[in-house]
Amino acid sequence: MNGKEQWEVGVVAKALEKHPERRAAFETSSGIPVERLYTPEDVVGSYEERLGYPGQYPFTRGIQPTMYRGRFWTMRQYAGFATAEESNKRYQYLLEQGQTGLSIAFDLPTQIGYDSDDPMAHGEVGKVGVAIDSLADMEILFQGIPLDKVSSSMTINAPAAVLLAFYIAAAEKQGVPASALKGTIQNDILKEYAARGTYIFPPAPSMRLITNTFAFCAQNVPKWNTISISGYHIREAGSTAAQEIAFTLADGIAYVEAALEAGMDVDDFAGRLSFFFNAHNNLLEEVAKYRAARRLWAKIMKERFHAKKDRSMMLRFHTQTGGSTLTAQQPDNNIVRVAIQTLAAVLGGTQSLHTNSRDEALALPTEDSVRIALRTQQIVAYESGVADTIDPLAGSYYVEHMTDQLQAAAEAYIAKIDEMGGAVKAVEQGYIQREIAESSYQYQRQVEAGQQIVVGVNKFTIEEPPVKGLMHIDSSVAANQIKKLQAMKAGRDNVLVSQRLEALRTAAQGTENLMPYILDCARVYCTEGEICGELRKVFGEYHPMEVL
Amino acid sequence: MSEKKIRVLIAKPGLDGHDRGAKVVARALRDAGFEVIYTGLRQTPEQIVAAAIAEDVDAVGLSLLSGAHNYLFPRVIELLREQGADDILVFGGGVIPEEDIPGLKKAGVAEIFTPGTPTSETVKFLRERCGDKQ
Repeated sequence: MNGKEQWEVGVVAKALEKHPERRAAFETSSGIPVERLYTPEDVVGSYEERLGYPGQYPFTRGIQPTMYRGRFWTMRQYAGFATAEESNKRYQYLLEQGQTGLSIAFDLPTQIGYDSDDPMAHGEVGKVGVAIDSLADMEILFQGIPLDKVSSSMTINAPAAVLLAFYIAAAEKQGVPASALKGTIQNDILKEYAARGTYIFPPAPSMRLITNTFAFCAQNVPKWNTISISGYHIREAGSTAAQEIAFTLADGIAYVEAALEAGMDVDDFAGRLSFFFNAHNNLLEEVAKYRAARRLWAKIMKERFHAKKDRSMMLRFHTQTGGSTLTAQQPDNNIVRVAIQTLAAVLGGTQSLHTNSRDEALALPTEDSVRIALRTQQIVAYESGVADTIDPLAGSYYVEHMTDQLQAAAEAYIAKIDEMGGAVKAVEQGYIQREIAESSYQYQRQVEAGQQIVVGVNKFTIEEPPVKGLMHIDSSVAANQIKKLQAMKAGRDNVLVSQRLEALRTAAQGTENLMPYILDCARVYCTEGEICGELRKVFGEYHPMEVL
Repeated sequence: MSEKKIRVLIAKPGLDGHDRGAKVVARALRDAGFEVIYTGLRQTPEQIVAAAIAEDVDAVGLSLLSGAHNYLFPRVIELLREQGADDILVFGGGVIPEEDIPGLKKAGVAEIFTPGTPTSETVKFLRERCGDKQ
């Protein structure tokens, strides 16, 4: 009997007789059992192979040699609402408050390729983000913000190529060449089919648009992150932490394969792939999640795709705290949740972070709430000390064990998806959607059965008055936006617009890279709806299989 | 037990892609013995009303997190009325500020379930409001 076993039968058994534990069994969100105690015996394999050193394969401990001792993560609050004018003001405010990068939220019509005056846009203009119809709006959005200095992350997927073209054209107007631009387009269509819902085109032409942006940016916008492969929304839709890693990396594999099929060399584009993860409340499982994801991606890039450059194997990621963990009840409690999630992201080695605001289960955040969320990051950065040494939880028997367990669980899922023919097939067959829906439903049942406590929701509840002073988007926003759009259309060279749209449609029917055509359309103020409309004519639209 | 089951259409109006809540409610209702039809994403009010009538449902549940509820929910009710189908009960859920609820109820939405509502509450509500027809 080893020391731990002696302890179990001796000391522990006696203690349990007097005081049983809170639960018969403990487990993480991924259903991984959590033991009473971890010891050195739970950490297997050699240090050099499993962990190594920051900035070196397999990058378990981080992707940069000095991590936050050199520079903190980028503090990047996702923001955007109403019109370009109003969002521009919010961005100026955030930059004044010490934010170090921008993150653009577009409204749903923009995300789905409809202009603000399209009947499908009715009721949605400017609601969940800013309405951008053309280059004209993009110029206003970044007025007074030097695009060679600030990096911008844009949450845009199906029409990512179009919004990137607007951004490049807006920079040209500022006198900034494309080669100087820094930022990210989300450009991750597979998780839209699986979890987020802002798809337009079917998978094949969507994958073409994505690989077109990879190739175009490799040549022309070398500092641009061409995709942000996102587990965030998969987790929001209800997945576990293990599923978040697995489905995200499976999507990543599909994008790499698509680019290879398009004739690119892996080391020419893989270094510009970036990732986006969630941060939930189970602090140590989350830290293990980021470490496991980093190690697994490095292994995939090296062993499956034979990448040569270190940079091609590095999983660089943005984190956002978990929207679905926020409660409408006692909303100030959310500040504490966000602080825990911030710690998870930082202890997990994130490259950038958005912290949610306390009122987001109720409405878009107010300026006060956004400031507290940003301050939360700044307190963790400047006061907590956790950023002063690299990967400080490494070597914790529990964290290392959990990192191994999560990696193994993710690898099992990826093997299953490989068998199905890859992530595109798995989405088309509804497999990923079903897995997520099942996890989400199980979680809800646990909450309703009181097995999972949500403070303020199913325990420690109080009667409280409705929250006052929420952010409200007025319906006049839509009317103004439509007026602006119509004036812009009347003032542009409409002959040139028709020619460029025609050229785009012809190119879409062939096999050329579409980015130069889209950029030519953007420069002469073709609208997003017109550009996507031409592509809809050629590509058709995606019709999902509904999975309950 | 030959009594007719309560039939419910769970619908996602507008462009919002957040369907976690809609799917959870749909499954919970199904587990509670209701007959449930789920429309999927991106349905216009016209499509929702046509589906509600074609499926002969007792209730329509609208789920929306995009902030477009003040337009889309009343529009569904208006179209049901135009089609003479205003006996169909309409309820809603999602990220809906407290201050918008009185207006939605005035427009004819029977109940709004906000984040954190247990699905058992929705089940109970529908049994009370639709159960008496059987």
